[in-house]
Amino acid sequence: MDELIRLQLQKTACRVRMGIIEGVYNAKSGHPGGSLSIADVLTYLYSIMNVDPKNPDMPERDRFVLSKGHTAPALYSVLAEKGFFPKEELKSLRHIGALLQGHPCIHIPGVDMSSGSLGQGISAAVGMALSGKHRAQNYHVYTILGDGEIEEGQVWEAAMFAAHYGLDNLTAIVDNNGLQIDGKITDVCSPEPITDKFEAFGWHVITVNAHDFDDLERAFREAESITGQPVAIIQKSVKGKGVSFMENQVGWHGTAPNQEQYEQAMSELSAELKRLEALA
Amino acid sequence: MSDVIKKATRESYGEALTALAEKYENLVVLDADLAAATKTGIFKKAYPDRHYDCGIAEANMMGVAAGLAATGMIPFASSFAMFAAGRAFEIVRNSIGYPHLNVKIGATHAGISVGEDGATHQCCEDIALMRTIPGMVILNPADDIEAKAAVEAAINWDGPVYCRFGRLAVPVINNNPDYKFEIGKGITLRDGKDVTIVATGLMVCEALEAAEMLAKDGISARVINIHTIKPLDSELILKAAKETGCIVTCEEHSIIGGLGSAVAECVSESCPVPVTRIGVNDTFGHSGPAVALLKEFGLCADNIAAVTKQAVAKK
Repeated sequence: MDELIRLQLQKTACRVRMGIIEGVYNAKSGHPGGSLSIADVLTYLYSIMNVDPKNPDMPERDRFVLSKGHTAPALYSVLAEKGFFPKEELKSLRHIGALLQGHPCIHIPGVDMSSGSLGQGISAAVGMALSGKHRAQNYHVYTILGDGEIEEGQVWEAAMFAAHYGLDNLTAIVDNNGLQIDGKITDVCSPEPITDKFEAFGWHVITVNAHDFDDLERAFREAESITGQPVAIIQKSVKGKGVSFMENQVGWHGTAPNQEQYEQAMSELSAELKRLEALA
Repeated sequence: MSDVIKKATRESYGEALTALAEKYENLVVLDADLAAATKTGIFKKAYPDRHYDCGIAEANMMGVAAGLAATGMIPFASSFAMFAAGRAFEIVRNSIGYPHLNVKIGATHAGISVGEDGATHQCCEDIALMRTIPGMVILNPADDIEAKAAVEAAINWDGPVYCRFGRLAVPVINNNPDYKFEIGKGITLRDGKDVTIVATGLMVCEALEAAEMLAKDGISARVINIHTIKPLDSELILKAAKETGCIVTCEEHSIIGGLGSAVAECVSESCPVPVTRIGVNDTFGHSGPAVALLKEFGLCADNIAAVTKQAVAKK
């Protein structure tokens, strides 16, 4: 990957993380851990997807469904970075009368599907991909699932269907941060081995380091080259990535930082942004 | 009555989809391994490229329908009422209802007239479930003609529609040139002044027969066909309440949450009159021939007439 592009992506991802913290802090509730673990992949995705903030309903656009909808702050922060709505909106996340609902809502500019009840987003993404195939349209559909989310049976109904109909215009990313609300996924009710399961369901599976843009580029290029079957990208991620005290802590799944924690998180992220800017 | 034409509304569903396929090119059909029973098999035979079998996976089918609708298609997601409204309820609520997507649900084998398969497959709760979803339209046609009209009306409605069809062949009662189907508009099939029988689905035919019996006993019963349970034609119901002072509702559904509840809610708020509900009385069904079951559960003209007589006597 070109060094400048990588740096650009790193800076954007850092700003996305700041937006996540800003949103969750102001909401006094929400899910920072799983939002931070997908900040890089979402930043990368929205750098390659065919979308237009000035024309969010463009029929030929690529589609994205955040199946792990509780990490909406990450999606909103990326959409705000792209210009779908003002960044100021992040500060009223989850407030009464606000644009930004606690979970993604189709009426928000740039949001292609309401989601958040786990296991459902992937089916909608499958339907969008089927629609693209049915009408020979060229858009691609992406969805991100949690590794805890895939404990839902509906995910495997969708996986079976997508492979049966050869939906190679569909890429599902599994955010494998290893933690869910009640603890480690391997302790709660293990969905492992995740790779083997998707392979057994007829998917092409790629594993990737979720916080390495060169590796993400490799994974998505490989995904693009696959024909005749859907692709699952299992991204090994760190829950809470980018905020030292949130990293790999199950307690930060669904808790908002207090003022002191907010200031510490923002100061860490600002320092990182400054460091990246100095490199340019 | 031997020359009366009978047809199951599930058959009408399959035929209507097929007949309308050319006119509506965005129409696609989903099924969950029940195409032979829901009669979407008729469509599949004519338009194999527009019929997607989802296998026995109703939750995903509803989500796929949502995705198709979100990209401009008009999907009919088909299964038995038990699985479409029951098993997949939360997907219908969150992936179809909340984003208000243009999905049509074709739910066949509603009510106890499923017959021999018994209680696990006899869905008497679907109307109650679907009524709680904001923006969901619920159509429950009475016969072949109405079912076909309902399918086309659902296609032309912008938003989610739950269409309820039956397994049992029922008499065609709407074969008159003035017949007109409009979502949200009930149809007064017979005028009367002593009582109003409000019926839906296959009970409409029974209600008409009951009104005939009541006439012989000097009771003048109005009969209203409510094919659209939501949005309810409250204007027509309230007019009937005012003019006849007493209502009996008839449905092949639980007396909890269905047509009876909807009518009672409507009149109790604006024109309180006694409402007697005929339906499945908070009990599960069981195996048996459909017609015998309908009789046993009181979902027949004799019982409607008897209950209506009592209701009028109590006025």
